[in-house]
Amino acid sequence: MKLSVWTYEGPPHVGALRVATAMKGLHYVLHAPQGDTYADLLFTMIERRNHRPPVTYTTFQARDLGADTAQLFKTACLAAHDRFRPQAMIVGASCTAELIQDDPGGMAETMGLPVPVIPLDLPSYQRKENFGADETLFQLVRALARPMDRSAHVTCNLIGPTALGFRHRDDITELTALLGDMGIGVNVCAPYGATPQDLTRLGAAHFNVLMYPETGEAACRWMERELGQPYTRTVPIGVGATRDFLGEVAALTGRSLALDESRLRLPWYSASVDSTYLTGKRVFIFGDGTHVASAARIARDEMGFEVAGLGCYNREQARMIRALARDYGVEALITEDYLEVEARIAELAPEMILGTQMERHIGKRLGIPCAVISAPVHVQDFPARYSPQMGIEGANVIFDTWVHPLVMGLEEHLLTMFREDFEFHDDAGASHHGGAATPRVADPAPAPAEAPDTGGEVIWLDEAERELRKVPFFVRGKARRNTETYASERGLTRIGLDTLYDAKAHYAR
Amino acid sequence: MTDPAPATGCRDVPVLAERGQHEVFCGLTGIIWLHRKIQDAFFLVVGSRTCAHLLQSAAGVMIFAEPRFGTAILEETDLAGLADAQEELEREVDRLLSRRPDIRQLFLVGSCPSEVIKLDLSRAAERLSARHAPKVRVLNYSGSGIETTFTEGEDACLAAMVPALPDTDRRQLILVGALPDVVEDQALDLLSKLGIEDVAVLPARHADSGLAIGPNTVFALTQPFLGGTLAALERRGARHIPAPFPFGEEGTTAWLTAVAREFGVDQAHFDAVTAAPRARAARAVAQAAEGLRDRSVFFFPDSQLEIPLARFLTRECGMRAIEVGAPYIHRAVVGPELDLLDRGPQLAEGQDVERQLDRCRDARPDLTVCGLGLANPLEAEGLATKWAIELVFTPVHFYEQAGDLAGLFSRPLRRRAALRLEAAE
Repeated sequence: MKLSVWTYEGPPHVGALRVATAMKGLHYVLHAPQGDTYADLLFTMIERRNHRPPVTYTTFQARDLGADTAQLFKTACLAAHDRFRPQAMIVGASCTAELIQDDPGGMAETMGLPVPVIPLDLPSYQRKENFGADETLFQLVRALARPMDRSAHVTCNLIGPTALGFRHRDDITELTALLGDMGIGVNVCAPYGATPQDLTRLGAAHFNVLMYPETGEAACRWMERELGQPYTRTVPIGVGATRDFLGEVAALTGRSLALDESRLRLPWYSASVDSTYLTGKRVFIFGDGTHVASAARIARDEMGFEVAGLGCYNREQARMIRALARDYGVEALITEDYLEVEARIAELAPEMILGTQMERHIGKRLGIPCAVISAPVHVQDFPARYSPQMGIEGANVIFDTWVHPLVMGLEEHLLTMFREDFEFHDDAGASHHGGAATPRVADPAPAPAEAPDTGGEVIWLDEAERELRKVPFFVRGKARRNTETYASERGLTRIGLDTLYDAKAHYAR
Repeated sequence: MTDPAPATGCRDVPVLAERGQHEVFCGLTGIIWLHRKIQDAFFLVVGSRTCAHLLQSAAGVMIFAEPRFGTAILEETDLAGLADAQEELEREVDRLLSRRPDIRQLFLVGSCPSEVIKLDLSRAAERLSARHAPKVRVLNYSGSGIETTFTEGEDACLAAMVPALPDTDRRQLILVGALPDVVEDQALDLLSKLGIEDVAVLPARHADSGLAIGPNTVFALTQPFLGGTLAALERRGARHIPAPFPFGEEGTTAWLTAVAREFGVDQAHFDAVTAAPRARAARAVAQAAEGLRDRSVFFFPDSQLEIPLARFLTRECGMRAIEVGAPYIHRAVVGPELDLLDRGPQLAEGQDVERQLDRCRDARPDLTVCGLGLANPLEAEGLATKWAIELVFTPVHFYEQAGDLAGLFSRPLRRRAALRLEAAE
């Protein structure tokens, strides 16, 4: 048993739902108790879909337990087929149905439905959402794709984008255009927008583009083995990665690399003097393995940040992330416990966080600017506007998204710097909201610079504490930590002005 | 006491009972408002990753505010050897209580997985209670989807609290049902003005509220989904005051009338106390219900609030109900509501969501009250919807909220009329 308040990933059947909802002409019959239909609202509300997910839940209740649930499953299967007339169906169990052992796959097989029925075996008590999506796509591809002649023109499949995927919708558009510029067409994009019939044509592509390893790697591996289709290893998020990706595509296809950089603005924006203050900013990166790895490269090589720490919540990517962390000289954090993430962030005191919805809230609590780079995300990260992460426009989007919270941070810093100013002090109120400025009341005389002895703990004397408050808020945490380390290493129990500046000089870079 | 105008009544009309896919929440969802109401309680769900995911999806941003609920997620090993489950649970609870010393009541909440593997949470609750007494009391109830639908989770929780209440012989009134604090205070104020002073509330805001029960206790429900709690209270010798529910001006007056009659409040005093808020409520409803008159409404089952709300919308806002679906119709509880609801709408209990959608599409109602899984898809089909969950979270009971309640239903229609998204001609 493990106590949990927040989970980065849902159960594996939600992954299967993401594949089913991404596709058309496919129907999912899920053996699940009443209440599991809550997952529908992830799609209708967070992703704002205008149709119900193509899922029939058996919604059994206590009174059905026993032999009845099996009958219920069969009835639901037949009714779903009659009503929706799908090209193929997937069937499976949620965590509760897994315990009652009705075997949806076996039952569906005996029913003789006139379309392919693909059973899913998703171990709910061991695996999670991303595994569910990856496995579902793999089973669909394995059941439907067949070897066939390659298309006359060079084409590829886009593999991995799903419903509820972070920016999957626009990444598809961006990537399709990038490949189009090299004269490469898209054969099938799956599961997003594909039908089961489309999956039978997967074999016509010359190679596969693995967009998201979390949700498409098993299918790509199978197609490499069974259909002889190589797949791309680089995920084109960031300028360097996009170039490497196209290089990989060129090598796979024999075509010359073509990249239209006329709309690419990240390199110049990052080189312009306004960005100088980004240099060496300490960032902490957390999310799914793929987005974290991409973000780390952009952060260090394209934005000039210092990667202070990184990690991921999906164990499937742990090995890759650990290796990456070694490259960056930091310790990897592989966990699905947000309290551990929060503790690590507090310990590292970064100047910026790149993470998920959860890290956004941790950032809010700790007063650290944050930008979202990975699922899980809330409704605001399924935007109406075009905002890919991949390719040329993705790089532009990423530059803006990451810099915005910092620019606001700088504004806040300026306000703090001039806090002692006669017009900008704390009690003045906002000048642009029509409030009349209140004159500043003089600070009371400082308390005697003697603080109680806290026994071993390093304590801050009043003058040093006040000086520390003049340090810009986004480096204040680091300054405090450095000074305390400096003091305790030297056996000092009190921090005065001198200690503060000694430490500053010691850590000057 | 003036009784509401006589109506032909729906109490004995046949109900369409359906069995098929239910598009509803399970009882675990009740935790989201109960933990706000009971300020020293923690709700520990014993379940799967699905349960944890449901709670975080339903709780939205609340999840980031150090909520007093969590899920002990069952793992492979818990399923293999059931003997360990009790120890595992004890370990997790010890950790939790040492981290949150402010917790005085701990609810072990059963889920589908814990019910199916027959994990004995009542024994666990007893053992843990003994271990952490007297500081923390540990209770248990089931919020599983196989047993409870949405608001029935609150019913199960309150019913579990009743046997643990101390005895009293006091002549007192208990208001039963978790209400937003502001609404609860308004209700207590009205009752006090009527001269009814010894009033308690279940659930109380704190463990040490002094809530007790006995043969001289009478109680009134403020929510229609409390059938199990009603039975538990009757088993303790308390007596139920049947009444319509305090939605709208008429509902609130009828509810207060039933209580006032029980306590022998004279008519003149009753009128003096209620006249001003009644008039205010009627005015607010008339204003907010503009645009609802003669429009049709279709209810999908969700919270058991559907029947009282249909009564309010048809009688006070002039709407026409086509179908009123409820997950469960408890006649002893909603009988007085059914008496007031005019014959006409199809009453439906349970659900086959696909067939119900067919009926809804055929009827083309002006407003469809449904869950969030159906709302956007129906909007995309051109049907105006009001998502039902808001009716449980928002203050909607008693006089001062009557206008807001009507407003919740008229807003979607006003918005539809306001949007001009087609190209100008």
